[in-house]
Amino acid sequence: MTSTNRHPTQAGFLEVRDLTVSFPTATGRVDVVSHLDLDLEPGGALGIVGESGSGKSLTSLAIMGLLPDKATRSGTVRLDGEDLTAMPESRLRRVRGDRVAMIFQDPLSSLNPYYTVGAQIEEAYRSHRRGVTRRQAHRVAVEAMERVHIKDAAHRIDHYPHQFSGGMRQRVMIAMALTTEPELLIADEPTTALDVTVQAQILALLQEIRRDTGTALVLITHDLAVVSEITDHIVVMRAGECVERGPVESIFSDPKHPYTQALLDAVPRIDDEIGALRSLTTTGGRP
Amino acid sequence: MPRYLVGRLAGMAGVLLLVCLFTYAVFFLLSPDPAVQVCGKSCTPERIDQIRMNLGLDRPFWTQFLSFLGGLVSGRTYGEGANAVECAAPCLGYSFQSSQSVTDMIWQRLPVSATVAVGAAVLWLLVGVVSGLIGAVKNGTWVDRVMTGLTLGGLSIPNYVLALVLQFVLVVQLQWLPFPQAVPFGEDPGRWFLNFVMPWIVLAVGYAAAYTRLTRANVIDTLQENFLRTARAKGLAPHLVWRRHALRPALTPVVTVFGMDFAGLLGGALITETVFGLNGVGKMAADSIAKNDQPVIMGVTLLAAFFVVIGNVVVDVVYTVIDPRVRVAA
Repeated sequence: MTSTNRHPTQAGFLEVRDLTVSFPTATGRVDVVSHLDLDLEPGGALGIVGESGSGKSLTSLAIMGLLPDKATRSGTVRLDGEDLTAMPESRLRRVRGDRVAMIFQDPLSSLNPYYTVGAQIEEAYRSHRRGVTRRQAHRVAVEAMERVHIKDAAHRIDHYPHQFSGGMRQRVMIAMALTTEPELLIADEPTTALDVTVQAQILALLQEIRRDTGTALVLITHDLAVVSEITDHIVVMRAGECVERGPVESIFSDPKHPYTQALLDAVPRIDDEIGALRSLTTTGGRP
Repeated sequence: MPRYLVGRLAGMAGVLLLVCLFTYAVFFLLSPDPAVQVCGKSCTPERIDQIRMNLGLDRPFWTQFLSFLGGLVSGRTYGEGANAVECAAPCLGYSFQSSQSVTDMIWQRLPVSATVAVGAAVLWLLVGVVSGLIGAVKNGTWVDRVMTGLTLGGLSIPNYVLALVLQFVLVVQLQWLPFPQAVPFGEDPGRWFLNFVMPWIVLAVGYAAAYTRLTRANVIDTLQENFLRTARAKGLAPHLVWRRHALRPALTPVVTVFGMDFAGLLGGALITETVFGLNGVGKMAADSIAKNDQPVIMGVTLLAAFFVVIGNVVVDVVYTVIDPRVRVAA
């Protein structure tokens, strides 16, 4: 364990302590997330960055209690003081999608192709609000779609996911997450499958939602440019471990860990010489 | 949607026409001279020539094919004068061996084949889909492995072997079923039902095994889908995740296969009907092949093709209902 792990950046709302996720392999159990601590204050925004395979997405699934059956999890995940890892599944279901909502990388495959987007947004709302009528849920869904700037929402609500563009689908996913006014939004690579201009729009939308609703945000990405725009703290993960953490500015201006330096070097800059390809810096340690 | 349907129906008509042409050509080129068969044993070359002329067999292929199509649409008369035989529309040909129009022969036997097909289909759908779901839920456990073994058995055992084993066990040894005897439905519905139990089982076993595997594989695939993760992340209870999000995509491919399989069976379950002595289209086909009764063989072939083509269109139309992606494209 590195010393950085023992210095939580913030305190309070979301407290992840000593989170370890492991999978069985032919040669014994392998930790894909090991001894991770995360802290987030209410309304804060935390970026988790790292390359693919660094355990970012599994961290988010572990927080939600949605790990694959084969995975084992240890450590604690406290939301407002309540330990989600100790909760019975039935109570955890009331947290999922209500207090903590999640959006995923690939919005097309994350939406069920057989139902209208309206039905899927309404389902998210109705499963957490007992006794609401179909009409109320419909109204909430239209409002949520308007909130994420889907034009002509009242009409578009009856369309199917494949009738939307990539960016619009991600907006639908975000609308679905917003219906219950969650305190925490976990966005797992929300812009990775989208093209650059659409990425910027979705990030702007996430920022706007944070500002308007005060939702806390955990943003998982491999793209440092993305976290620099909307989060205030960063956790850099590598091979399941946190290698560096701190406020965005200090990490960008003065990266301590060679891996973070390498990641920052890998970000293309506009003033780069054309054709002068830099090779990726290799860093030591476990891949 | 109506435009889509019209397009599909037009396409279907075209395919059916091609099927007719192809089937007619095959039998025209390959089968022995029908005139010889009509003529019988004490036959002279002059007599054969005369029959040939009477039946129009001396005319060119296209003329004969057009007469055949005409017969399908508005009926036709074979021969002339006192020996002329009527074949009412839709005329699929005339069996001189049975002195009956092929359409009538099929019409008499189709209810038996349909009964066999419908009963077996209900059975294999129930067994196949339910055990496929169980296999998917218990994926990797001993239950799953036992079921995989059983489906392998179900797929490999030949119909006629299973039929004999069932008859021996259920009728002779355990005496749970009466000895099969043709009883009309109106006379004794209970007995009628019992008669069909064994054919249904025999026919359903292979299909049930295949459907178990198909359903199991589809459900396991669907459970990996990202939208199921979304459903869980919404906080839906497991039964809702299954019912609303997993089953429909998982079972859609079953609909396709079922449409084809069932349509194919309406053209007669040859082996099952023959083994159980059920007087259906399949047994008629087998008998006709043995007797080389060419018009009947061709009629049954066309009927089977007809059902398969219709089945295809029905599946396509059903798809537009169950899969919105197809609906909108349509």
